[in-house]
Amino acid sequence: MNALDQTSGHTVAHGASEGLPSALEQSHTYATHRGRPVRTEPRAVRIVLTVIALAFVGLFIGLPLVTVFYEAFKRGWQAYVAALVAPDALAAIQLTLIVAAISVVANLLFGLVAAWSIAKFEFPGKTFLITLIDLPFSVSPVVAGLVYVLLFGSQGLFAAYLQAWDIKIIFALPGIVLATIFVTFPFVARELIPLMQEQGTAEEEAAISLGASGLSTFFRVTLPNVKWALLYGVLLCNARAMGEFGAVSVVSGHVRGLTNTMPLHIEILYNEYQFVASFAVASLLALLALVTLIAKTILEHRLAEEDR
Amino acid sequence: MTIDVVGVTKRFKTFAALDNVSLTIRTGELVALLGPSGSGKTTLLRIIAGLEWPDSGEVRFDGEDALSRSVRERNVGFVFQHYALFRHMNVFENVAFGLRVRRGADKLPEAAIRAKVNELLHLVQIDWLAERYPAQLSGGQRQRVALARALAISPKVLLLDEPFGALDAKVRKELRRWLRHLHEELPVTSVLVTHDQEEALELADRVVVMGHGKIEQVGSPGEVYDNPATAFVHDFIGETIALPGEVKGGALYLGGRALGLDPQGVADGPARILARPHDVDLADPSASAISGKVLSVRTFGPTRRADVQLNGSSGPVVVEAAVPHGQDLAPGTEVGLKPRRYKVFAA
Repeated sequence: MNALDQTSGHTVAHGASEGLPSALEQSHTYATHRGRPVRTEPRAVRIVLTVIALAFVGLFIGLPLVTVFYEAFKRGWQAYVAALVAPDALAAIQLTLIVAAISVVANLLFGLVAAWSIAKFEFPGKTFLITLIDLPFSVSPVVAGLVYVLLFGSQGLFAAYLQAWDIKIIFALPGIVLATIFVTFPFVARELIPLMQEQGTAEEEAAISLGASGLSTFFRVTLPNVKWALLYGVLLCNARAMGEFGAVSVVSGHVRGLTNTMPLHIEILYNEYQFVASFAVASLLALLALVTLIAKTILEHRLAEEDR
Repeated sequence: MTIDVVGVTKRFKTFAALDNVSLTIRTGELVALLGPSGSGKTTLLRIIAGLEWPDSGEVRFDGEDALSRSVRERNVGFVFQHYALFRHMNVFENVAFGLRVRRGADKLPEAAIRAKVNELLHLVQIDWLAERYPAQLSGGQRQRVALARALAISPKVLLLDEPFGALDAKVRKELRRWLRHLHEELPVTSVLVTHDQEEALELADRVVVMGHGKIEQVGSPGEVYDNPATAFVHDFIGETIALPGEVKGGALYLGGRALGLDPQGVADGPARILARPHDVDLADPSASAISGKVLSVRTFGPTRRADVQLNGSSGPVVVEAAVPHGQDLAPGTEVGLKPRRYKVFAA
């Protein structure tokens, strides 16, 4: 016992006498280097790069945005409001809202189900499903619209069946909704899958081991854990659903006051040289974009906070 | 509650996580499942909990079949490796979860839930953290919340998966004693999974040493340390020096030289001689059967160890031996080694 004490005592004394000067030396070194930023580019280069970036953003994004509002208000408030309350414009706004509402809800449900099954379970064909979810990002929206025309159009695959039951899909609301759902398909799922995968299944297992049912676990644990990401996905999905042009253009048939969404209506007005009316409706979409951007920034902040 | 595991086998694709494992855990015991990663200890724990199902075999709680019941119905408290606290709920709601999800006749009124949660928070000594969120807690505090949450459903069985794995050494030691104390206070049978032998030996009434999906030895901490049943247990628990020997005609040889050691009933053939470094004495090289050259001497804390390269063995064998205080050993010195206690296993 005595021998042990001596050994350890010796070690401690030794360590202390050597450790002290080296610690002092280190703090000295830090002090002289502190405050000198690790950056190599000279000031001029940094300024030039920043100016180029700002000019680019201003020219390609800022200027068009300002132009939209400038053109919309060119003839004053009255003309602006008049353009928006025109029956065709109101019909287009209404249709856009309906289409967006249906598509967002549909993709919200699909996105949740897909992300949940992909992130929490193992099943054959999983990789294939993940790839398939990304398809709308890589396919031109016009092609997507065309596919629906080929399937449900008057010469389409299901034409006879649809005629027999008197169901109209192409050149009607269902077609526009289908095309929009296709295009906005990945947004919610893409947002949720990585987050759910990262969170794993431990919290769900804990909930079930504490006596919660599957449904109760989903609503009390799984859903609250992804709520901000879900909202973020819905936001992007909504912005895209309202702004979609290509796919909707193919299936809508451009019937004024009936099957024209806002983007289609804007194009028609523009082609008819009704610039003020065209830009007035366009300004609504631009406004939506701005609101989306602000909401997106807030949500990103919330997501980063949850990540801590 | 008595837990009987009978002939349980579990495969993941071609990998046998558990191979015909049988084990009885008695009421009120604290049992540690100890083994390296991949030994099947966590799989066994999850099967007892009902988070995993065996391919064959039985699990019985107090003699009743547990496999026919889901994890929801088994009423076991499970503490997860990384705690798995509900990140969007504060500490109070985390602990209250098991009470809030009850339905029908079991449902408690709000006042009773509050009382029970406060009592549990007091028990695990974190009353003052009730309003905090998991992200705002230290590792040790999260561990306590996880434990309180598992205890909220008044389980008769408490299962802990590497409960101290994510904590730093000092907190770990502190919590270990506290958990032992808690186990004694509660009417609960506890099973703990760990890869840390010190933890298992200090905490458990009995230690189940597992390797490659099988149980190698079940015994008290003293038994598994002093009397390892297999070479695997000897290697895994405590420090081990190993000599590749041979048994010929009832005598033990090392590199062709008779050692004069007892082969302990091992049949003729290659054998491994295992000993703890502190059970090996340095001796006069000319008077001992095992000798070698000192490579280096290392000091850690109160002990000093010499790395010794053995003479005459086939291939380089380096063993550690304890160096008595006051003895100076220069690298290159010839020393003899005398194991005071050792075990011999067929290789």
